[in-house]
Amino acid sequence: MDKLEMVDLTEKQKKTRRWRSIAIGLALAGLVVVFYVATLAKFGPAVLNRPF
Amino acid sequence: MALIDDRHIDDAPFRMSEATPGDYIALLKPRVMSLVVFTAVVGLVAAPGSMNPLLAIIAILAIAIGAGASGALNMWYDADIDKIMSRTASRPVPAGRVTPGEALGFGLVLSVLSVMTLGVLVNWLSASLLAFTIFFYAVIYTMWLKRWTPQNIVIGGAAGSFPPMIGWAAATGNISLESVILFLIIFLWTPPHFWALALFKAGDYERAGIPMMPNVAGHASTRRQIFAYALLLAPVGVAPWLLGYTTLFYGVVSLALGLGFVWYSWKVLKMPDQDKAMAPAKSLFGFSLIYLFVIFAAYLGDRLIAHLTGLGA
Repeated sequence: MDKLEMVDLTEKQKKTRRWRSIAIGLALAGLVVVFYVATLAKFGPAVLNRPF
Repeated sequence: MALIDDRHIDDAPFRMSEATPGDYIALLKPRVMSLVVFTAVVGLVAAPGSMNPLLAIIAILAIAIGAGASGALNMWYDADIDKIMSRTASRPVPAGRVTPGEALGFGLVLSVLSVMTLGVLVNWLSASLLAFTIFFYAVIYTMWLKRWTPQNIVIGGAAGSFPPMIGWAAATGNISLESVILFLIIFLWTPPHFWALALFKAGDYERAGIPMMPNVAGHASTRRQIFAYALLLAPVGVAPWLLGYTTLFYGVVSLALGLGFVWYSWKVLKMPDQDKAMAPAKSLFGFSLIYLFVIFAAYLGDRLIAHLTGLGA
């Protein structure tokens, strides 16, 4: 089977892709924090008040 | 089994992105965003009643992201004219670091995210105002007014005037006279601010084919209109004190700023036609930035003191 033709990234492309991946990761983590904090802020102590 | 596909990886306009996170931040127009955040904070803090501080921070964050999203949509649509003007040629899309499609996708995703976040976590009135602001800036101003009429920034200026009203609506769930006056201050400030810039950047706008007031109506007419807007802006700036819901401190500051604005605009009005340096227009542009910052800071300080001492409305 022929070798799969791949795109060879330049060093600059690899570096910027890595930075973009880190930025996306941080943004998603920030979003998780925002919704976690907002849930606590909106419900307050009632967030723990649930039937078992 | 044969794989039938004529395309080759080098054929199509295929390219690996070299955009950095900084390029995507530039798409959000951080300087415009900082003004939006500041005025939205003033609207939110000055509003009566109290708001959970965590939800207040989230509301401001959503407004900031919404403003950034409209900036990205603006840069997507305006890449062709941005390439021509010296002030905007190095933006990520005209410089080729971000493709138009990437900028469009980025702007749309952030628009939906910011509006939904504000609606679900704060209230739907503020979310609706934010959605309308994004639509107004990206569609009504960028796609329609900007290339069609010299009144572009007069009507389009409404988009930049909404943030304090959105902040107020986030805190109270309604729109009141106080927030409408904050809207009007920015709305009446926008034309003289941009026309002062357009006077000494007229060549740039002309090359890009944007019908700014100096290119269409001429410098003399633009100078008269700047002065007229300054005469309207000065009393509206003082209105919160005249209507009795701010202290004398705000009244004195806003009156001094209003007189300063009229004085700088008068200097522009009296600027000779053959003046190439246009120092009065540059001075007015610089003072207009100070005006907006100080008047909102004074309003914020006044309302904060009123809240803390229990003297305010």
